Amino acid sequence: MANEDLWILGINMTKFGKHPDKDVVDLAAEAAMAALADGGVTMADMGVLAAGNLMGAAAGVGQQLQKQIGQTGIPVFNVANACATGATAIRTVIMAIKAGECEMGLAVGVEKLSGAGMLGAGMGVAASDTWTPSGRFGAVSSLEGKTGTDMMPGVFAQVGMEYGHKYGGTSFELFARISEKNHRNSTLNPLAAIQKDMSLEQIMNEPMIAYPNTRAMCSANSDGAAAAVIVSGEKLRTLSAEQQKRAVKISASVLTSDPYEEGCQILPNVNTLTRMAAKQAYELAGIGPEDLDLVELHDCFATAELVHYDNLMLCPEGGAVDFFNSGATWRDGSTPVNVSGGLESKGHPIAATGIANIWEICHHLRGEAGPRQIEGAKVGLAHVIGLGSACGVHILEKSGL
Amino acid sequence: MSNQIPLVEYLVLGDAPHLVANECTACGARYFDRRNACASCFGTSFASVDIATEGEVRAFTIVTPWMPGTAPYVPAVVDCGGTSVRGNVVNTTPDAEHITLGMKVRLTTVPFGADTAGTEAIGYGFEPIN
Repeated sequence: MANEDLWILGINMTKFGKHPDKDVVDLAAEAAMAALADGGVTMADMGVLAAGNLMGAAAGVGQQLQKQIGQTGIPVFNVANACATGATAIRTVIMAIKAGECEMGLAVGVEKLSGAGMLGAGMGVAASDTWTPSGRFGAVSSLEGKTGTDMMPGVFAQVGMEYGHKYGGTSFELFARISEKNHRNSTLNPLAAIQKDMSLEQIMNEPMIAYPNTRAMCSANSDGAAAAVIVSGEKLRTLSAEQQKRAVKISASVLTSDPYEEGCQILPNVNTLTRMAAKQAYELAGIGPEDLDLVELHDCFATAELVHYDNLMLCPEGGAVDFFNSGATWRDGSTPVNVSGGLESKGHPIAATGIANIWEICHHLRGEAGPRQIEGAKVGLAHVIGLGSACGVHILEKSGL
Repeated sequence: MSNQIPLVEYLVLGDAPHLVANECTACGARYFDRRNACASCFGTSFASVDIATEGEVRAFTIVTPWMPGTAPYVPAVVDCGGTSVRGNVVNTTPDAEHITLGMKVRLTTVPFGADTAGTEAIGYGFEPIN
């Protein structure tokens, strides 16, 4: 049982963007009910529910969702793991099935973020009329902006710059061209929050948020949800031929945190844990990066996409700039990356992202991606990273059933 | 000088301002915060060590503040003799012509204002050498 493959039976994402007339539970319900319908099953078939809503992590979105779509008494795991929350919900359901606790489960991620601005908290220090050291750094004031930044745009800008320092070849224009690719891709994705083809010049002339990332090179805060029904191989074989044919094989599901390395508590290290997750995933799947027909990776900022080419071993170590310049990651390249438009244009409703990336891959493997279909796609990889840090990597394969 | 307080406890003021780290006595990993144990080797014994005051910019960004009229600032990671330190690059124009990867910098102090008792908070930054 433990070594048997698990499958995605049904999966769905809502349109990402602004949903002023829907609350978190509405969005979660929309994605969950559509994922159940897509899999041809109901809440009565689910043995476990894992749900994530990062901004409302204490509110128990899983039970709120059950109260709208079906209370069957199954265990609920409300998960929170930064931007990897959705992948963590999927991973939780997978572990429950692998442990033999149940044969089918539902993972849901949902967020309402439109208009939230820049994310990432500085050190909270209570205001006082005399300087009083507090917290782990004995700080007399909030440190945000005073000893660097914890805000996401600044952190991920430095991540890209650090790569440039180590290997050379990066520039403002290079990062902007990555963004140009993703914005171009979004024009084919009706579920993207922003569907706007932007020229390199337009992208570079957008307001600078944190050099070298302009506004167009930052992920779009948006509302949205995504959900997936996961099933054991044994159970899948009892279902209809149509369900088996549309099911997508989960060849690897890996979640990591960042191992200690010099400097990792100074600037979050998004490299070590991604490389570690990718290595484990390739081994588990018996698949190499050269076998991938498409990749959805966590381009929370244009600078992040570049380093993950390397971390996911899509290119030789240190070769991400040459890899991008070769055209490999464009739609018609050897390893299309973020054909959905990526977080920069599709949007980034945090807890939904780690399931929506998997939905995009499944859409192509099932041959249902319409105008943006990557022809003949058989294998894909979905990657997310949350600062703190958590990394989820899933390798998915087209059904041979 | 007596009416000053460091912005963070790992900054030592005085004639030769510098940073201090908690160094794990077992594996040498260095931290700037209060520790429960070492994240690298799980050891629980630490010694205070002075950090080199000169270093090289390994990564930086130039953050445009939301508030109109406030100046951009330059968060950076500085390699100070093999120890990574975070701080802003200061005392230079905050643009990509003046801040470059690999540039040499040295620690300097930055005032952050006085409290109601007249005590001035002093932080740090890194300024270009030359």
